[in-house]
Amino acid sequence: MNIKNKIKIIVNGKQMQITPKFSLKSLIIKLKMPLNKIAIELNKEIIDKRKISKTQLKKGDKIEIVHFIGGG
Amino acid sequence: MIDKKFKIANKIFKSRLIVGTGKYKSFNECAKAIKISGADIVTVAVRRVNISNKNKARLMDYIDPKKITYLPNTAGCFTAEDAIRTLRLAREIGGWKLVKLEVLGDKKNLFPEMIETLRSTELLTKEGFKVMVYCNDDPLMAKRLENAGAVAIMPLAAPIGSGLGIQNKVNIRIIRKQTKLPLIIDAGIGQASDATIAMELGCDGVLINTAIAKARDPIQMAESMKLAVISGRKSFLSGRINPNLFGSASTTNKGII
Repeated sequence: MNIKNKIKIIVNGKQMQITPKFSLKSLIIKLKMPLNKIAIELNKEIIDKRKISKTQLKKGDKIEIVHFIGGG
Repeated sequence: MIDKKFKIANKIFKSRLIVGTGKYKSFNECAKAIKISGADIVTVAVRRVNISNKNKARLMDYIDPKKITYLPNTAGCFTAEDAIRTLRLAREIGGWKLVKLEVLGDKKNLFPEMIETLRSTELLTKEGFKVMVYCNDDPLMAKRLENAGAVAIMPLAAPIGSGLGIQNKVNIRIIRKQTKLPLIIDAGIGQASDATIAMELGCDGVLINTAIAKARDPIQMAESMKLAVISGRKSFLSGRINPNLFGSASTTNKGII
């Protein structure tokens, strides 16, 4: 894949490169995230986890993937 | 005397001790402490997943949310918007509606920012959340939170993680008198006797994190806190004797030789 065809997105504050027409579901699979233990925000909007396969990522998208950690 | 059930937002819980899951050396230690504490609610926080280390252990692998109630918190939030964003995400992870609201005002003392806390309580309640509210030990604010729809009032005993114990018993007693909502001491407990005192003041429960997690032996301290809460509750229900400046002999003088 030519580097020119890659698009840049930000995942949890870190830059990542993906190919065009990459879905949010592909990203979750690529990152090996267990879907039942996370929540996903795309550009500050919560994404219904049932709809991630239909969500196409585009240049400059900011994605937050969160889970539970220890807290008081 | 038979105790009434410990009920929050119409859900009954067995233990009056709520335990935080932060600051432990490991998830394993945390899970063991929770087990021995008997707690059936644990607080948890929402944070970014570490995307560069995918195999890192997760809290949910150690503490099963099907067996124990997760109470998502808003630790680290300074505005109503931050808190709402965080709790919406928590709800999305697994459908939690019962939440702990904690909107802080300054990073040093970790005191609650009560204006934002009140605003958040209103907004979250309108959105269908059942909001347990970390707050100052201020009876007027506690009343306002109650009117705004809070399902539990959770005043601090002292600053978060300070271990100073209950600093203002009078205010806690006044809040107790004015509300029928669950009253839970949140933050500032240092040792078992602090938890007992909270329960003797008539609180419905105690939320403890640092005092257990940072004890030299967290597992034993977790058990100690369990017993302290039970002991304090029984003491409260039993009705203490009136304090008296003068002595009152336990042994009768009748038949003295």
